[in-house]
Amino acid sequence: MRHEKVRHGSHGRIGFIVALLGLAAVAALVAATASARSTATIKVGLITKDVTNPFFVKMKQGATAEAKKRGAELLYAAGKSSSDNAGQIAAIENMVTSGVKGILITVADGKAENPAIAKARKAGVLVIALDTPTVPKSATNALFATNNFNAGVLIGQYARAATKGKTVTIAMLDEHAGSSVGALRHNGFLKGFGIKGSDSQIACVGNGEGQVAPSQTAMENCLQKNPDIDVVYTINEPSAAGAWTALKNAGKSQGDVTVVSVDGGCAGVRNVKAGVIDATSQQYPLKMASLGVAAVVGYAKGGKKASGYTDTGVNLIAAKSVPGVKSKSVAYGLANCWG
Amino acid sequence: MTSLDTTSTEQRSAASRLGGLVANALSAPAVAPLIALVLTMTFFSVKSDNFLQAQNLSLVLQQVMVVGVLAIGQTVVILTAGIDLSVGTVMAFGQIVMTKLAVANGVPAIPAIALGILACVAFGALNGGLVAGLKLPAFIVTLGTLNIAFALTHVYSDDLTFTGLPSELLFFGRTFELAGADVTYGVVFMLVLYAVTWYVLTQTAAGRHVYVVGDNPQAARLTGIGINRVLFSVYVTAGLMSGLAAMLLVARTELGDPNAGQTTENLDSITAVVLGGTSLFGGRGSIIGTLIGAVIVGVFRNGLTLIGVQVIYQYLVTGVLVILAVSVDQLVRRRRL
Repeated sequence: MRHEKVRHGSHGRIGFIVALLGLAAVAALVAATASARSTATIKVGLITKDVTNPFFVKMKQGATAEAKKRGAELLYAAGKSSSDNAGQIAAIENMVTSGVKGILITVADGKAENPAIAKARKAGVLVIALDTPTVPKSATNALFATNNFNAGVLIGQYARAATKGKTVTIAMLDEHAGSSVGALRHNGFLKGFGIKGSDSQIACVGNGEGQVAPSQTAMENCLQKNPDIDVVYTINEPSAAGAWTALKNAGKSQGDVTVVSVDGGCAGVRNVKAGVIDATSQQYPLKMASLGVAAVVGYAKGGKKASGYTDTGVNLIAAKSVPGVKSKSVAYGLANCWG
Repeated sequence: MTSLDTTSTEQRSAASRLGGLVANALSAPAVAPLIALVLTMTFFSVKSDNFLQAQNLSLVLQQVMVVGVLAIGQTVVILTAGIDLSVGTVMAFGQIVMTKLAVANGVPAIPAIALGILACVAFGALNGGLVAGLKLPAFIVTLGTLNIAFALTHVYSDDLTFTGLPSELLFFGRTFELAGADVTYGVVFMLVLYAVTWYVLTQTAAGRHVYVVGDNPQAARLTGIGINRVLFSVYVTAGLMSGLAAMLLVARTELGDPNAGQTTENLDSITAVVLGGTSLFGGRGSIIGTLIGAVIVGVFRNGLTLIGVQVIYQYLVTGVLVILAVSVDQLVRRRRL
């Protein structure tokens, strides 16, 4: 019994110290929050799918610069992976609690974040979707994004013109089943090329996860199925890089195959310059984010809430222009690339 | 009465003898996966003329090479009833270390590769130290190092992709011709690693100790086997294999990719081990089975593309096979008890 009492006593002392420390921490936090509030800066939240993708790194860069310019404070959060819905929902809730005027979000899922977004809007927060639309689009106040279908159409038209209307053998490297952006680019390419998904010129549709190594594997398997492949559509530029390694190993030269892609990342544009990619549709994450921050600050200062869809634009970047398809030079692409 | 009894006993024993035969055949760990592989390959060679060509089979081996090497480390860890969730992200880190040193810092290729492998071995030593020394659960320790390696990869690489690698880093991606197929040196290297591991596990005392520690730690302790030393060494081996896999991945993709190895490589390596008939409870399994397990996954991915089936079915089939493999393991265990 005595022994027990002694132990209990020492536990109590430690508990007391911990409680004191905890109280001190809470007090400091409250003081910090109060002082932050007293300066009355406008807070803008940015939530991306993950922290590592260069696309989102660029987005954060654009948002940070614009916030600084307008004297606003940027709060940034992201999911742990590109499909971390719980992480994004927690971020929305935390930002609303911290008193943001608006949230810019690249949703991990078309639907999963909608209830949290609805609560935020009910609390008077302006929510703008960047890059990826919610389903339905009306779940957010506005959408600032690339027209991904249009991005696909441009590279489809380029591939058609570059192969001069001949019968070709096509491989399509998608991201994965159920990717909404992936479906838009895929279908855009078909539209631009002027064929249907069931066209016999399509030899193979593979999943490359939008990553180098899995895309290389998918391309290798497509080439085993049909070695005559001479047009390759890729969901993004890492996928194109993986596809090219497979094509090269199969003995293809750059003149044999037309490789098209989407994104306009710096590594991708350099691959256009090197001839690995023939043409890519460049999109502008920095612009999405800076427009978003401007919209939130405008609203906070008594302006109107942003609404509807704003196309942040897309340009075709190609080293060799083809007749009938407008494209920008590699130099332009490098000057405006991200990552 | 007596005669009836005898008959039924005889019948019973005949039935159990047959069951015993089947179970014994299946209980050699690599037999069931080998049957599955042969059936799968037969199916695809009937369905597609392109499948059973030397060039295509060489390609399948190239595609399973990286996970195959990770799975060697995973096998020795699982034989001790442990698990290593960090192999994929540790590999990613090693891959960034070797490519960044070589491309951005101008370190000569061979030392750059060595330092990349060393970084992975250090992670293995950290895992092993925490599991063997501090007796922390392997699942939690390696979940921790998975995240640490993931973060370090992105911090150290600045999310940049490293291209323009010196030719030494690409050596294992080079090919030579064998039976009309282009075979990469990386595939040969993987097969050599399997052969060496097979020898160590089956023909040396150190290898047998790995099995004993996994099967019966008490018995191991009583026979004077240094359990901590064995546990430490299997995690270090897994780290080493991650480093070698990093070297092979770089040679295959010809770049250093900050996003490589971070999706499913750790689980893919466990899948290969389980499909190969190694028991997650430790002490039972074979390294050859793991190689077969890795190849089965690659064969499905390749074969389904050749016959024009959506690749998503590869995951469905893999899931079914994993459950079958674990069921066989349980069946064998119950018979042994």
